[in-house]
Amino acid sequence: MIDMKDVYKRYPNGVTAASGIDIHIKQGEFVYVVGPSGAGKSTFIKMMYREEKPSSGTITIDGVNLATLRNAKVPLMRRKIGVVFQDFKLLQTLTVYENVAFALEVIEEHPKNIKKQVMETLDLVGLKHKARMLPTELSGGEQQRVSIARSIVNSPKVVIADEPTGNLDPDTSWEIMNIFDEINTRGTTVVMATHNKEIVNTIKHRVIAIEGGRIVRDEQRGDYGYES
Amino acid sequence: MYVTSKEVITAMKARTVGRHFRESFKSLGRNGWMTFASASAVTVTLILVGVFFVIMMNLNMVATTIEEDVEIRVHIDVAANEQDQQVLQQKIEGIPEVKTVEYSTKEKELDSLIDSLGEEGEAFKLFEQDNPLNDVFIVKTKNPEDTMKAAKQIDKMEYAAKVKYGQGQVEKLFNFINAGRNVGLVLIIGLLFTAMFLISNTIKITIMSRRREIEIMRLVGATNSFIRWPFFLEGLWLGLLGSIIPIALVSTAYYYAYDYLAPKLEGHFIKLLEFSPFVYQISGLLILMGALIGVWGSLMSVRKFLKV
Repeated sequence: MIDMKDVYKRYPNGVTAASGIDIHIKQGEFVYVVGPSGAGKSTFIKMMYREEKPSSGTITIDGVNLATLRNAKVPLMRRKIGVVFQDFKLLQTLTVYENVAFALEVIEEHPKNIKKQVMETLDLVGLKHKARMLPTELSGGEQQRVSIARSIVNSPKVVIADEPTGNLDPDTSWEIMNIFDEINTRGTTVVMATHNKEIVNTIKHRVIAIEGGRIVRDEQRGDYGYES
Repeated sequence: MYVTSKEVITAMKARTVGRHFRESFKSLGRNGWMTFASASAVTVTLILVGVFFVIMMNLNMVATTIEEDVEIRVHIDVAANEQDQQVLQQKIEGIPEVKTVEYSTKEKELDSLIDSLGEEGEAFKLFEQDNPLNDVFIVKTKNPEDTMKAAKQIDKMEYAAKVKYGQGQVEKLFNFINAGRNVGLVLIIGLLFTAMFLISNTIKITIMSRRREIEIMRLVGATNSFIRWPFFLEGLWLGLLGSIIPIALVSTAYYYAYDYLAPKLEGHFIKLLEFSPFVYQISGLLILMGALIGVWGSLMSVRKFLKV
């Protein structure tokens, strides 16, 4: 599903955020990406949805090489990938329903399908009854669930999450993790950068540890491995 | 579900067009003050451009009239017989810059001299018995500015006794007219750039408040053209809105100015451009400029948010 071969990323300011990354992630896998701050996790994640381009090497997602992908084709590739952030990135003036529907509207999905897909997805994240509320009327955990709903509403093959529980309290974090697990069970590949030791050590999945832009550890059912 | 690029690029669906129009209008309303500021920037510029253009075009009209009056008078040597005259005429016509060569007999020359002097001209009637004037070729060039060049060539020809075209003054006149045209052009271009800059800045501010929206659109896979369309339309509306007042103002002002000035200028060699179609042309031009600077301004400011 996701293949990185000898990937380097050097920023113009001289910082090397990835040096020689080789990785293979299979369809349906759940992968944690861990490591200290500034180790290159964010760059690693950003390169997967082509927010950053590698300086050299190849990144293939579902058969498409992101390193050589033309800018005009990026939107089509993005439709196969859902992205979730620590700060939710919701539109405050739109309701929960509208926020999720927005993702389908802007890719010109047929209005008939939009309603059905949005309601099904809101049901999955347990927010069907709050569809008409504004994000400001929701708790942090609920807002993150809206953001997850938006990322999966067009059934992407991969969901990439950058610290999705970073702003949430422990109880809420578990709820969010359960949703990701549910998504993964349905066959979607999940790649999640996280600092949450407890979660990584409890819900066991593959762990990739990055330090200084290199992969220093890659274990099936691994541990967090750092003091948090 | 795999979406090919071809499916996305195919003609925009009607409901997408509808969405873009709705979004562009919504945004105008949402950014009320910014809309007002941008449209005002267009308005002020277009008023300046419009007034300036009206003056420029009329001066140009006057200049053209004057230019067209410039002619070369070739006095034919009295020694020249009919055949010599014909040869001279053919030679003058052979100069590439020359448009027309008109022959005027010395009798005709004397008549027009007497006419132009009115009562005092009566005295010259004495000369009708023994006309001291020469036969004349009146030469016009295709481009008035080539007058000097053509005159010089004619001057060297046999039997061309004297070549007159208002030496000295004509050169000054052309220099003056050209300088005027260039200054006007530079000013208009300068004004347009100022307006575009103002608009792109105001729209940039409205876009800043929609950064997140654009960010999310890009994230979920909206194409750049899909994101750009509402902004394109918004710029267009701003430009059109901004051109209403200038058009009304320039048309009304010209209507009254023409009414007032035209009778006073009657009989002079100066003539103003007629209200119709000139005002319609100016209006069309102002609408077009408004639309262009609006669209250009908004596309410039959205561009930097679309870098993938």
